[in-house]
Amino acid sequence: MAENRPAASIEAVESGLAAQGYIASRQIATAVYLGQQIEKPILVEGPAGVGKTELAKAIAAWRGQKLIRLQCYEGLDEAKALYEWKYAKQLLYTQILKDKLGEVLGGAATLHAALAQLHDFGDVFFSKEFVEPRPLLQALEQPAGCVLLIDEIDKSDAEFESLLLEILSDFQVTIPELGTVVAVAPPTVILTSNSERDLGDALKRRCLHLHIGFPEQRLEERIVESRVPGISQTLRKQMVGFIHEVRTLDLKKLPSVSETIDWARVLVLLQASELGHEIVRDTLNVLLKYEADIEATQPQITTFVAKASRQNVFG
Amino acid sequence: MRENLHRFFRAARGAGVRLSPAESIDAMRAVSQIGFSDRDILRDTFLLTLAKTQDEKRALGDCFDLFFSQPEPPPSPENDNSEAGEKADQGEQNAGETAGGAGGQPTEGLGALAQMLLAQDRNQMSAAIANAASAASLSDIRYFTQRGIFSGRILDQMGIARLRDDLDRLTATNPALAERLAMATEALRDSVRETVSQALLLYGREEAENLRNEILRNAPLSRIEPRQVEQMRALIRQIARRLRERYSKPRKRQRRGHLDVRRTLRRNAAWGGIPFLTAWKRKHRDRPKIVALCDVSGSVARVSDFFLLLIHSLHEVVDDVRSFAFSGHLIEVSDILESKTPEAAMAEIMSKVGFGSSDYGNSFADFESEWMNAITPQTTVIVLGDARSNNLDPRADILRRISERSKRLVWLNPEGRMAWGFGDSEMPRYATFCSVVRQCATARQLERAVSDIVATYQ
Repeated sequence: MAENRPAASIEAVESGLAAQGYIASRQIATAVYLGQQIEKPILVEGPAGVGKTELAKAIAAWRGQKLIRLQCYEGLDEAKALYEWKYAKQLLYTQILKDKLGEVLGGAATLHAALAQLHDFGDVFFSKEFVEPRPLLQALEQPAGCVLLIDEIDKSDAEFESLLLEILSDFQVTIPELGTVVAVAPPTVILTSNSERDLGDALKRRCLHLHIGFPEQRLEERIVESRVPGISQTLRKQMVGFIHEVRTLDLKKLPSVSETIDWARVLVLLQASELGHEIVRDTLNVLLKYEADIEATQPQITTFVAKASRQNVFG
Repeated sequence: MRENLHRFFRAARGAGVRLSPAESIDAMRAVSQIGFSDRDILRDTFLLTLAKTQDEKRALGDCFDLFFSQPEPPPSPENDNSEAGEKADQGEQNAGETAGGAGGQPTEGLGALAQMLLAQDRNQMSAAIANAASAASLSDIRYFTQRGIFSGRILDQMGIARLRDDLDRLTATNPALAERLAMATEALRDSVRETVSQALLLYGREEAENLRNEILRNAPLSRIEPRQVEQMRALIRQIARRLRERYSKPRKRQRRGHLDVRRTLRRNAAWGGIPFLTAWKRKHRDRPKIVALCDVSGSVARVSDFFLLLIHSLHEVVDDVRSFAFSGHLIEVSDILESKTPEAAMAEIMSKVGFGSSDYGNSFADFESEWMNAITPQTTVIVLGDARSNNLDPRADILRRISERSKRLVWLNPEGRMAWGFGDSEMPRYATFCSVVRQCATARQLERAVSDIVATYQ
């Protein structure tokens, strides 16, 4: 077995992402490492706001590659995702070249001969110059490779998934008029999904399946530390502890990492030195996005704040 | 090591993770990059490459922990050599001393297994058991009844016959040593039995579950035991998932031949209305709309319970479900079912209308006076009940009006066809107004019935 010290390489991934401000768990780092090694796309699932899209951005920044993003939505089709013919340009060119064509074809005696001559030109108007590359094709054409982010794949139609299969497994697309375009350098593909609908098995089979959940307390503290450097250690511990308490409640939308970071920024702005009942109540709307959730949390604030600061004493 | 991976894949399939050969190849490739040195990374790798959902990840994680807690067949690598070596040394010393004390009889004339047992080298023992297990193809174990056979095979493989001879001979010549050997043999039997049980847990689960589900599927719903209710609920959920997968996908299909002029013009506005891209009319299919009337009296209650659970787990397939429960009178129960767990919902429904004597006529009258407008020409009305109306007025005329208003009227009866029309059963009278009447007593029949209803909309 060829041992190239995978543990060290995974740590390298971890620290590389950390340098871009993305604190990755071991599992995420393993996924990124494996995705690179066996050249498979990574399908990232998890609740909104845990850093699925950020992961792709961090990878691109770390490797110094271009990030090409394809945002999925209902009704997204081939013409917007893959390539399109520049019809207007084709029309314009035929108009401009009209005279030239007349000249060239002028020598032909019969219609038949003219047609034969025309065939000799080949498919001038269906050549590479008239193809408008959309994100997927662009990603294949990057000479230095790139990070292709297919965001919120669950929002697209089931047919679009099938369109992706070729590009995901072989890193190539087939354009009927031109032939098959193979990737110059295989891009790193990241797909994200909020599990709004179940994805097809064919798509799942072609990807590494990574689930990012809410991070552990220690990890989340590190994330806040890297994203909001101005926050004091005490406050950081307290607020992350508080959020973990809130996540135990049965809410419509649990606060995720992005809310944690927003809240940390707000607390720093308000120059809070430690968590208190007052300040939590005033800023709760940063954390929770539904009226019902806020109402459900209000009566618990005092308990949670107390718990969070007690944890701080012992931890 | 590859042999081990294959066994792990088989165990994973047993744990309910769907694995295709392509996925196992991917996993192999990943493992060849990762190596076996770090167990946590290995575990993460399997979770990444093999599992496709959260549930599968959990199942696979458990399976991984169970699988790798087993002793590995090849002699264990350097990581636990040092301490194991010490132990083995100690063991040998002890053996030597006691053997010496017992009369200086060397263990020379004994078989390999007896010597190994007397040496009490645990590493060697577990390696030998694992080797014998793979020689006896222990991973083929499927049912708990096979435990004895496999234990016997493994012991045979290890040379139990020779051990017995040795034991007999020793009893005559060296009773003390014989006693120790007998004790060690007992211990050996125990650990073999344990290995087999663990293997059954790993490899036999799928088969055992299939067998149990097959039995459950054909058992009459009204007579299953309380302890089976939970399993039945799981089975119903599985059925619901299957129906969802089958029917939720292609609802809109293109119907070629009809140009959608409006959309074509708009799409081609950029080229002055010259139609480069054509848009075709699509035919939208109706999603099923269901109104379910369920008898919750007496023996029908349990069937209604499972039926409602099934209908309400079909969100992706069925657009709109309104369910009503009745015995003496009728109430709407959709909200209760949507907002509560199945157990709590059923308990509440029962406390409101359950356990009265059923009165179909009165219940239909309730429905007609309040909820008749829930029925549209796209609605399938399903009535679930035994049609035993305690000799009260059946009000078949209301059923006729329901039938006229709706797309289809389906009657599901938990009783067998033979019983229809006997005693106070009004089934024949109701049947004239129903599009379909079918028996529905087992999970299998329930699945068929609901599947057919949904299929009429495709």
